[in-house]
Amino acid sequence: MQKYSIFNLVKNAFSNHENWDLAWKDPTPKEEYDVVIIGGGGHGLATAYYLAKEHNITNVAIIEKGWIGGGNVGRNTTIIRSNYMHDENGLFSEFGMDLWRKMSQDLNYNVMFSPRGIINLAHSDAQMNAYARRGNSMRLNGIDAVLLNREQVKEIIPMADFSENVRFPIFGGLMQPSAGTARHDAVAWGYARQADSMGVDIIQNCEVIGFDVSAGKIKGIRTSRGNIKANKVGICVAGSTNILAEKLNMTLPIETHLLQACVSEPIKPVLDNVVTFGAGHFYVSQSDKGEMVMGGDLDGYNSYAQRGNLPTLQHVLTEGIAMMPFLSKLKMLRTWGGIMDMSMDGSPIIDKTHIEGLYLNCGWCYGGFKATPASGWTFAHTIAQDRVHELNAGYSLNRFSTGHLIDEKGLGTKTWIS
Amino acid sequence: MLYINCPHCGMRSQNEFSYGGDASVKRPDLNKEIPDKEWDDFVYNRKSLRGKHLELWQHISGCRQWIKVERDTATHEIFRTFKADEEFA
Repeated sequence: MQKYSIFNLVKNAFSNHENWDLAWKDPTPKEEYDVVIIGGGGHGLATAYYLAKEHNITNVAIIEKGWIGGGNVGRNTTIIRSNYMHDENGLFSEFGMDLWRKMSQDLNYNVMFSPRGIINLAHSDAQMNAYARRGNSMRLNGIDAVLLNREQVKEIIPMADFSENVRFPIFGGLMQPSAGTARHDAVAWGYARQADSMGVDIIQNCEVIGFDVSAGKIKGIRTSRGNIKANKVGICVAGSTNILAEKLNMTLPIETHLLQACVSEPIKPVLDNVVTFGAGHFYVSQSDKGEMVMGGDLDGYNSYAQRGNLPTLQHVLTEGIAMMPFLSKLKMLRTWGGIMDMSMDGSPIIDKTHIEGLYLNCGWCYGGFKATPASGWTFAHTIAQDRVHELNAGYSLNRFSTGHLIDEKGLGTKTWIS
Repeated sequence: MLYINCPHCGMRSQNEFSYGGDASVKRPDLNKEIPDKEWDDFVYNRKSLRGKHLELWQHISGCRQWIKVERDTATHEIFRTFKADEEFA
């Protein structure tokens, strides 16, 4: 594989950049693989990469219905954080933070990881108490957390509404300084390029139409481009999880819902953190191009539409304007939607299934992007070793039966309530 | 914007409604031994169909009645609406 470096950049300039290698090949599916990963999104590509890198399993295919990186990894708000209270989420995400910090070097691909910090705003004394508790839990797990008072928040984000007579005054906030953003497409492409270079077949425009299961063991998959044999199959298809589960006669604690995001026209640098509104569900950061990147609630009803409705967008942006009034002056450049695999406790599932050789990675809810490296790393471990790693042991499929839920937000099973 | 035909009030915008989830989910019958699997299916497991989906909505800013709506989860087309006690046929 050609290394991306300043020297190669200069060298290729002499040939007008016409002789760069393709970043990944377009192979025809083989008859049999050691491992088949269904879903060529961030998590699937990362899984294949770590299978090859950490476990030396390179006879791997990624089966993607559309094109790689065309789902949620290509349509998120790029936020990376590990500001969770529960141990399972905190330790898993903090492991991921470490992978994020090394990712550009590791993949030889600039993913533009920008640890700019995230601030969750508090709008009442009770919320400050809750944040103090969460911050303490984070610090006990080795995650950086700083509780900010109103004046400290004002120093960092003076453009927020600090006037006296607002409905939700800013009392303070909880900051994770090491959180940040990254270039989402680069993450998919970086993983794809490295996985391909280690021998992984990335097979696009290939839809899975069925599974071959016999005597409780997975034997292979049936696709629109022919049958593929494999004794290990991993599913990481986010919002399409239930569609594949139906083909396996499985019913999962997952509902598919639509989440929208939007960006404004580009403006000069104004915000160098990620900020979330604490009295509703709204978050904002500024991209390197200057656009304000914003998101919030689900549309609120089961949806596979991959496009949103206006009432939710209006609701979310109303919260945004309450938090930062200057946002009302901006024109919207784009809005888009993606379909989320909402689990019944808000936490993901990375586990084996009742079918031997079939592995499941789903339930990422709002937080799939930041989990990309840790999810790929632990899913690769689970597949390669046929047992879960201690980092994803809590993300079991049977926790819903045994009562070991990881309900970070305490919302229960109504996934559309935020 | 969805427009939902409330069987009590007529056609209204989605802003007047709140969502209540899959209407095909049935609580296990009382007065019998219920295996854990049945409770799991009732509380957690959902088919989350792509296509025609029977679901509950409440006309929260209207008559406050719970209703059933048959809607396509991929196109948002609404085929039929029922009163909550009407059986889906």
